[in-house]
Amino acid sequence: MRTRAESNRQRWAILAFAVAILLLSFAVLKSAYYQLVLTQVLLWAVLSLAWNVLSGYSGYFSFGHAAFWGLGAYTVALGMMYFDLTPWISIPLCSVVGGAAGAIIGYPTFRLRGHYFALAMLAYPLATLCVFQWLGYQELTLPMKRDAPLLYMQFADPRLYVVLALGLLVLALLITLWVENSRFGMSLLAIKQNEPAAEAAGIDTWRWKMLALMLSGAIAAVAGGLYAVLLLVVTPETVFGMLVSAQALILALFGGVGSLWGPVIGAMVLVPLAEGLNAELGDVLPGIQGVVYGVAIIVIILCAPEGVYWRVLDYLARHRPTRRVQPIPAAALPSNIAPLPRPPPARGGNLLVLRDIGISFGGLRALDGIDLIVPEGGLYGIIGPNGAGKTTLFNIINGFLSPDRGAITFSDAPITNLRPSQVCRRGIGRTFQVVRAFSRMTVLENVIVGAFAGEPDDASARRMALSALDRVGLSAQAGTIAGGLTTRELRLMELARALASHPRLLLLDETLAGLSHDDLGGILAVIRQLHDDGMTVLIIEHTMQAMVRLVDHFTVLDHGRLIAEGRPEDVVRDDSVIEAYLGRKWVDRVASPAK
Amino acid sequence: MPFTAIDFLQALAAGILVGGAYALMCIGLGIIFGAMRVINFAQGDFLMLGMYAAFYLTTGFGVLAFLGPYGGPIVAAFLAGPLVFGFGWVLHRFIVSRVTGAGVAQIEGAGAYGQILVTLGLSLILQNGGLIVFGSTPTGIRTPLSRSSWEIGDVLLNQARVVSFIVAVLLAGAMYLFLSRTRLGKGLRAAADNPQAAIYMGIDVDRAHRLAWSIGVGITAIAGGLIATSQTFQPYVGFDFVIVMYAGVVLGGLGSNFGAFCGGLLIGIVQQTSTLILPYQLQNTAIFVVFLLIIFLRPQGMFGRLSERI
Repeated sequence: MRTRAESNRQRWAILAFAVAILLLSFAVLKSAYYQLVLTQVLLWAVLSLAWNVLSGYSGYFSFGHAAFWGLGAYTVALGMMYFDLTPWISIPLCSVVGGAAGAIIGYPTFRLRGHYFALAMLAYPLATLCVFQWLGYQELTLPMKRDAPLLYMQFADPRLYVVLALGLLVLALLITLWVENSRFGMSLLAIKQNEPAAEAAGIDTWRWKMLALMLSGAIAAVAGGLYAVLLLVVTPETVFGMLVSAQALILALFGGVGSLWGPVIGAMVLVPLAEGLNAELGDVLPGIQGVVYGVAIIVIILCAPEGVYWRVLDYLARHRPTRRVQPIPAAALPSNIAPLPRPPPARGGNLLVLRDIGISFGGLRALDGIDLIVPEGGLYGIIGPNGAGKTTLFNIINGFLSPDRGAITFSDAPITNLRPSQVCRRGIGRTFQVVRAFSRMTVLENVIVGAFAGEPDDASARRMALSALDRVGLSAQAGTIAGGLTTRELRLMELARALASHPRLLLLDETLAGLSHDDLGGILAVIRQLHDDGMTVLIIEHTMQAMVRLVDHFTVLDHGRLIAEGRPEDVVRDDSVIEAYLGRKWVDRVASPAK
Repeated sequence: MPFTAIDFLQALAAGILVGGAYALMCIGLGIIFGAMRVINFAQGDFLMLGMYAAFYLTTGFGVLAFLGPYGGPIVAAFLAGPLVFGFGWVLHRFIVSRVTGAGVAQIEGAGAYGQILVTLGLSLILQNGGLIVFGSTPTGIRTPLSRSSWEIGDVLLNQARVVSFIVAVLLAGAMYLFLSRTRLGKGLRAAADNPQAAIYMGIDVDRAHRLAWSIGVGITAIAGGLIATSQTFQPYVGFDFVIVMYAGVVLGGLGSNFGAFCGGLLIGIVQQTSTLILPYQLQNTAIFVVFLLIIFLRPQGMFGRLSERI
């Protein structure tokens, strides 16, 4: 998330860019052909920006953006041919068509991840292409309207097309800037870097992905609509073809994926190159455009996979004095965490109640008949050997898994089949056994993502995140990229991220694992402090010593069953617990310690 | 019912016959995916190269004219295999290996997309380079078999397709034996299952990948050479087959060669029988729909294990 000053600078940059393009069009370029090329550069940049909104930020690669582009082009062409609809109306209408197509495509397709998603996206434009061929729209020519050219966007002066396309590009840039600077973009970035963690931190991943695809589809369709007006001829192959989808992603990857200017840079370099070569050599080498894009993507992947924009940025950063991360002034920090906006339950009431939870994976009964009650304000521990089902239990509580049977209530409301983000919003925060950080974001940004759940306003989310960092003692590292933290700092950051969502219950999954003795003490102190402040904590561990000193109630799992519970000092003497941990022999030895 | 039983049998027979060549190309793609976990966009374009290689060996330069109109095309299809194998080897050595293999296997995110994007680039270059070199006029390999049929009852069987079906099935069987019986084939499968462990066991994973890649594109090129005897083609033809191949491989189950064979066969049947109820232009749309349905309903396919990584 950018600061306000930075995003103002970006707005000025967009303005300067627009002025430069206008100057280029009106003062430098003389021939109508160059104006046409310039218009195409701008339109492809818009398509690539649209692709970037989805794929650049969320990491869901689309190989099928031609679907939106083509639908836009056909909306305008068919609207004009059959309903005499002026592009002034049909082009804005394209955004509705594209958005709706995004919703229809996204609804089934977001059940897939990674390469499966990319492959499925590939199929949509190609299937649509066949359908349009079958419908008999092999080649649509937009009717010429000589009596009212302005009304139908048929300008004699090609510079007017440049102006229109530029307007669209500026709009797309401003939308992208808005996405980048809001929780929309932050949520997408969090999804890209670690989707389960984003979901567990209260981000409604489904909703943001759908919105991103709909927005992306809308922008792409509008650009496709203007493209139809520009070229006057629409064929299924030119608007739904693979080259369109490929161009959308190649321009963005070449310029710099996930950046505001990357797609624009890609379009400014590659489109004129391909067009120019096509104009010069197109008769002799008919496929030269495709070759240019093919070579461009291979070269960029082999030499600078992050794209031109990021490469230049890195280069500049190395040759300039390193930009220091601004320390956060202590005065800006709220002195303590904001009061919880929820009705306080009676202290000592039951906060979390599990009844007869069971789940099987294939033939393995991972959990069987688990009952567990955690009172408000309790500090409860779950222990058990490897494979006992501890983490599975957490995954069921926070919604990653649905139990085969049993019910969970939290604060007297059922939460059994809620999605993790909903469970988080109800007030259950969690950490993971292996820390799930958004490793390319700063520590502060990581925690801000967690704060979105409880804070409707982005500025208050930032304050909330700062206060959560302060609470775990990580304020000094707020500006550090999470990928460079130590294990202790990562654990604390994850704890702060969970805290930032105003939880009433914290699920800590082996927060102490892999820490040195000194680090252990620090984290234990933080957990105790949280507990003293009234937080309810449920913690998984398998090292007994640390736990016996920390918690006030033990639940012991073994092979998916609950084998003992009670006060720590009683539980550690329980025969079945000793057997589970150390084997039968030790039970006998403990029973007769005199020998 | 808008069609008769004979129509159905005819479409089914046609489906099985083209399905043989589809099955072969699916095995080619399946070997690559199975060994390297690489989604090869350019697979269809290697098929196209196989078609043109066979075309120039028989009709264009007429090198194999002495084998006569019956044997020539079949031998040409087989020779297309080693030619494309060699070409694939070079491409892997200098381009593909830099974004795949053991070193890159662990990278998630953009790294995982590096290979798919490189094959996309290769695909664009091969398609459009093909347009430059071969021209855009559709061509085909004409053999006397293409125009004659055997009659079984009321069902007509195109002779060229019958021959290519038989050859495809024999070759698929040979591939199966190679992968399951020979030391080299076992090494390939080990490198596929767990590249790290394979490295520790002394298998040169990069070399295994190169071999898998080259065999995969070579096999697919042979399938292309076989198909070329019964249909016309142009440089963009590969794309029609990419979805056929992916649908077949995903239907059979990623990583299973037997599954890829059955999947390819089934896709051939779906494609041909769909013409009974759908207009001819929508036969590929039918394949897209099947493809999407498999991905949504049973991503592990018929014989595959669900793999998290893809």
